[in-house]
Amino acid sequence: MLEIKNLHARIGDKEILKGINLTVPTGEVHAIMGPNGAGKSTLSYVLSGRDGYEVTYGEVLYNGVNILELAPEDRAAAGIFLAFQYPVELPGVGNANFLRTALNAVRRKRGEPELDAVAFLKSARAAIKSLQMNEDFLKRNVNVGFSGGEKKRNEMLQMALLKPGLAILDETDSGLDIDALRIVSEGVNALRSPSFSALVITHYQRLLDHIVPDVVHVLAGGRIVRSGPKELALELEARGYAGVEAA
Amino acid sequence: MSDTQLTPEELAGQKYKYGFTTDIAMEEFPKGMSEEIVRLISAKKQEPEWLLEWRLKAYRLWCESVEPAWAHIHHPPIDYQDYYYYAAPAKAAPKSLDEVDPELLKTYEKLGIPLNERAALAGVAVDAVFDSVSVATTFRETLAKAGVIFCPISEAVREYPELVKKYLGSVVPQGDNYFAALNSAVFSDGSFVYIPKGVRCPMELSTYFRINARNTGQFERTLIIADEGAYVSYLEGCTAPQRDENQLHAAVVELVAMNDATIKYSTVQNWYPGDADGRGGIYNFVTKRGACRGRNSKISWTQVETGSAITWKYPSCILQGENSVGEFYSVAVTNHHQQADTGTKMIHIGKNTRSTIISKGISAGKSNNTYRGLVRILPAASGARNFTQCDSLLIGEECGAHTVPYIENRNLSAKVEHEATTSKIAEDQLFYCRSRGLSQEDAVGLIVNGFCKDVLKELPMEFAVEAQKLLSVSLEGSVG
Repeated sequence: MLEIKNLHARIGDKEILKGINLTVPTGEVHAIMGPNGAGKSTLSYVLSGRDGYEVTYGEVLYNGVNILELAPEDRAAAGIFLAFQYPVELPGVGNANFLRTALNAVRRKRGEPELDAVAFLKSARAAIKSLQMNEDFLKRNVNVGFSGGEKKRNEMLQMALLKPGLAILDETDSGLDIDALRIVSEGVNALRSPSFSALVITHYQRLLDHIVPDVVHVLAGGRIVRSGPKELALELEARGYAGVEAA
Repeated sequence: MSDTQLTPEELAGQKYKYGFTTDIAMEEFPKGMSEEIVRLISAKKQEPEWLLEWRLKAYRLWCESVEPAWAHIHHPPIDYQDYYYYAAPAKAAPKSLDEVDPELLKTYEKLGIPLNERAALAGVAVDAVFDSVSVATTFRETLAKAGVIFCPISEAVREYPELVKKYLGSVVPQGDNYFAALNSAVFSDGSFVYIPKGVRCPMELSTYFRINARNTGQFERTLIIADEGAYVSYLEGCTAPQRDENQLHAAVVELVAMNDATIKYSTVQNWYPGDADGRGGIYNFVTKRGACRGRNSKISWTQVETGSAITWKYPSCILQGENSVGEFYSVAVTNHHQQADTGTKMIHIGKNTRSTIISKGISAGKSNNTYRGLVRILPAASGARNFTQCDSLLIGEECGAHTVPYIENRNLSAKVEHEATTSKIAEDQLFYCRSRGLSQEDAVGLIVNGFCKDVLKELPMEFAVEAQKLLSVSLEGSVG
């Protein structure tokens, strides 16, 4: 379970998050929608521990542990996964090598045995198949020369292998055509289970046709201004964010 | 996750794990450089008259020349009279491995270079040079069966004088440069390799250089000759104890490749780089050059330079024979206060000669890293081609990367290409890796190894693994 309590955060002198309260029970998928500049990406970076985002007040508990005190890699080991809006390129670093290094780093920290090359390839190939990706993905360098859709699929591949307890998807739908959107959604839906939760951050309702949320929150001006069932997303689509903020 | 915490001493030891010293009785000649010292060294080695004259000529040339000042390196003036020019274990040279001083065997074992043939890496023959002399050479019988000569150069002078006389100084003459002259005057040992016609050397040859004695210079001389159609792969490794003063290393390596011969020369240079504040470390002034004398000959240099306080080194190829090929693959890492000025020279003389230069410079801390290269195409080199790629990676805000390429093309049919990039390890790359579970240091290691991949893949397998680890260790603590 993820519990965000009165979270304030700033970049430099600028306060972006102004008291966020949010609880995502294990097993649920929550969507966070909101206009540009509302603090959506900041929230995802604060949750995953990026430098440059200063938490000035509040706490974030994940399964009872205050994760704000953990390094990003320890949050990953604890089961938090951030799917990037703009996945980063790593020239010369083979995708297979990267995936295996990451997976084994996480497994080590979780006290699980490391995977040898054969076992790794087996599980990587299975994941690749289910994501309808080409096997040459493993041989290419991490995200280098990938199309927008390929980058997002690569994020889903990492997620499938790292098996997080909490996935944060930061505008994963941006720049995706409808086929890619479907594949990414299937990647998330495949993980849905009573022990998995997700925070789906998006600007548009269309992703939520594919990943149907249990709860929708509206983030505006650094606060959650409204929460409701999945139908709230449709209402936002029809009326725009301006109406919600005013409400 | 781990409940064993390393002590600060252990952590410091991890940073340069070869920093120990060997306590052994040494024979040293008096400090300082003089004609007398040159004569003493020659006499000690019972050298023939011609070699003494050769050394004395070098000494005179050294006295007349001045230390070069064009490299992008800074250091207090070197007092050449304050170094020992000859230091060797006091016991008489061992005739076989069984006679080698157990202290020395232990030293090399600690360095990961067991000299015991049973324990040695399969397929690698080692010549171990300790301060000024070779202390052991392994697998000599196996090699002798193939007709390959692999022995200390001092022994080659006695056993194969015609070969040594014919080739010594034929690629790097005594007066080539200040440090080559110094080396020619006082070189005390090094390796000699001769691969006869048509022989593919049955194992990797390697020399492991270790400087132990305080205030000592190591001046080794390596000479490798691959006769027609021969092939040899040669590896060189180097370490030194952690000392506060700057030890001096001025080596000369000469390679000669005849028709259809190939020499592959790989170096993992890990001399002590000095501490985080720039105290101590090796001054490494090295002249390495290969002559592709025959047609279709090939010389390939691969180097991973992580050590030394100062590196001044330009492994080069003289492409004389038609269709001959020169290659230079280099990774140079500098951290803390290290300075490296390194690169290559490709001199195209023969027709259709080709050269490739791939240089990867990584700078961290307050270090400076310079690529300096020359591609010279002479008028006769019709159809010559060169491709050069120089990439620099910066880690942190206080380091410097510099690229100084010289291109001289005097043949219109020749093609010369040069590409250069400079990049930084971006914060978003590090965060991306860490958000996937990698520690900061593993992330840097992964990114740096990716950056160097084109060079590392040229190294023989065992060396490549070692080099990857070394890159990560050298850059420890460089981020965050």
